[in-house]
Amino acid sequence: MTMLKARETILTCAILLLLGLIATRFPAFVAPANLLAVFNDTSPLIILALGQMVVILTRCIDLSVAANLALTGMVCAMLNVAYPGLPVAVILIVALACGAVMGAVNGLLVWKLAIPPIVVTLGTMTIYRGIIFLLSDGAWINSHEMSPAFTGFPRMQIYGLPVLGWLAILVIAGMALIMTRTPMGRSFYATGNNPHAAVYTGIDVGRAQFLAFVISGTLAGLAGYLWISRYAVAYVDIAGGFELDVVAACVIGGVSIAGGVGTVFGTILGALFLGVIKNALPVVDISPFWQLAISGAAILVAVTFNSRSGRSRGRVILKSAEKAT
Amino acid sequence: MSSITTNTTGRNIPDQLSTPTSRVLKSWESLLLLVAIGIFILNSFASPYFLDAWNLSDATFNFTEKAMIAFAMALLIIAGEIDLSVASIIALASTAMGMVMQAGFGTPAIMATGLVTGLLCGGFNGLLVTRLGLPSIVVTIGTMSLFRGISYIILGDGAFRGYPDSFAVVGQGYAFWVITVEFVIFALLAVIYAVILHRTNFGRAVYAVGNNPTAALFSGIRVARVKMILFLLTGLMSGLAAVCLTSRLGSTRSSIASGMELEVVTMVVLGGVNILGGSGTIGGVVIAAFVMGLVTFGLGLLNVPGIVMSIFIGLLLIGVIALPRLWSKLRRA
Repeated sequence: MTMLKARETILTCAILLLLGLIATRFPAFVAPANLLAVFNDTSPLIILALGQMVVILTRCIDLSVAANLALTGMVCAMLNVAYPGLPVAVILIVALACGAVMGAVNGLLVWKLAIPPIVVTLGTMTIYRGIIFLLSDGAWINSHEMSPAFTGFPRMQIYGLPVLGWLAILVIAGMALIMTRTPMGRSFYATGNNPHAAVYTGIDVGRAQFLAFVISGTLAGLAGYLWISRYAVAYVDIAGGFELDVVAACVIGGVSIAGGVGTVFGTILGALFLGVIKNALPVVDISPFWQLAISGAAILVAVTFNSRSGRSRGRVILKSAEKAT
Repeated sequence: MSSITTNTTGRNIPDQLSTPTSRVLKSWESLLLLVAIGIFILNSFASPYFLDAWNLSDATFNFTEKAMIAFAMALLIIAGEIDLSVASIIALASTAMGMVMQAGFGTPAIMATGLVTGLLCGGFNGLLVTRLGLPSIVVTIGTMSLFRGISYIILGDGAFRGYPDSFAVVGQGYAFWVITVEFVIFALLAVIYAVILHRTNFGRAVYAVGNNPTAALFSGIRVARVKMILFLLTGLMSGLAAVCLTSRLGSTRSSIASGMELEVVTMVVLGGVNILGGSGTIGGVVIAAFVMGLVTFGLGLLNVPGIVMSIFIGLLLIGVIALPRLWSKLRRA
């Protein structure tokens, strides 16, 4: 546990150092209001990364989250165009359900047919994107077609933080509760640490993986509505490639790709790290074209560092994870 | 990789004529071949333009570049690793080629630059995986951003144009009649990789590493070296694909070949290579290349948009893997 804590402490320090460096030249960046804005901007990434974390914990990977987000967002936007009077609560429920169904499709293929998750989600990723095209005919839905209530919801300010940020906090709290306080949360760790042992303790490994995909899908659905309403536009390629940012946030946050290791707190830090970089680049006047290379380098540094700090605990990640829990 | 039994499917000897249907279905290559033939027949009925030598020749561009990478990727996946950075290597190699071209060098230097850049990128991936013992999926997700990121830093939203005419031969030239230069490269590589994987000690070592790295190590195989060579090969093939693609398009943008890594992996998995390592054949990958090429080409002739084609590819990927599993499940039930 001390190792895990150290990893998160170091990541916190890295973020603070980053903020400090930026602050020396641009003090306005670390003003509380701006930090809140950065958090708000990173909220979708945090929500998605927490879902992805659960999936990776169970030794799977979900590459379809961005496509799920885009499809759910398109469904919500089309629903809003067709029935402008529909309350946001209904849209939210539709978004959650839509995302959950797509997650369940992934989960069922992994659980019932034992197809490797990377294959399943590679396939569903292209299928979900394709369905958006079939639904929308390739057309964009722009802000003027959406109702003010639809686009206004994530921006509504409560105590200085938009609803988007509050929802992220809600998801963080919910996930922290699930992962540390419920049998389901523990079963995710058990499944990833040692599937065989998990079976003997009465955990249905396949079912745990299915549930992980449903959680990831549901959160992607939520992020889908928030994304589309926040940017007030829906089209086929929206959030293209974002699944890699999501995996990156998890990896930087110390979630082991081999399963079983990772915390909610670490994942949030991983997402915030990427969020701070993304928001700081324009401020410190570095071309946004640098962002991709920087986040790539950050992933490599993070994963190298994680493996270094975990090395002393045994050669196989699996063993080290067993000791840690 | 925990206790995953790998050699149950995909390595049967293709003698299916006298065996029952279930056995035929179990042989991946023959199932895939049936799919390919089916698509071919469907296509020739669906469009009168399909059975035209020049059209079919054009259609090979749909898969030749991807298949070059897929051969090396097949070996890499059989050995239990994966490289998701191949499309980004193409972007970086193409950018490097553009810079060399702008500096005034000729075709040989441009092509060499592409190949060497690919090799270096592959070597970088290989070093991180074999020397530092990092999981290849994470490393290559990282380098995927890094390599394309470097290309964006250099090029931004600009483009390199004005490659010399002699350079265009690789991607636009014909070897003889309707057979393109790229197709010849593809066919040669298919033979070379089939020989490497199925006829050499190195090929056996690749399977051994994928099935059980620890056992392979104890039986005297230099596991890290095998993996390093495979990463280098994958990088080199990406460099070659970059040469072909750049030559065919005649320009370089940072977004070149974006998303291609997924199509390459799809091709490999569709070809019957176990994504968990340990089994697969080059023959399967070759048929998968044709299947994917035929699907995209046939749908293209029917004016189906590219994004809808990707639904078919996705369904094909999941369907071809799910069907045999569903079949055996139903038989057991």
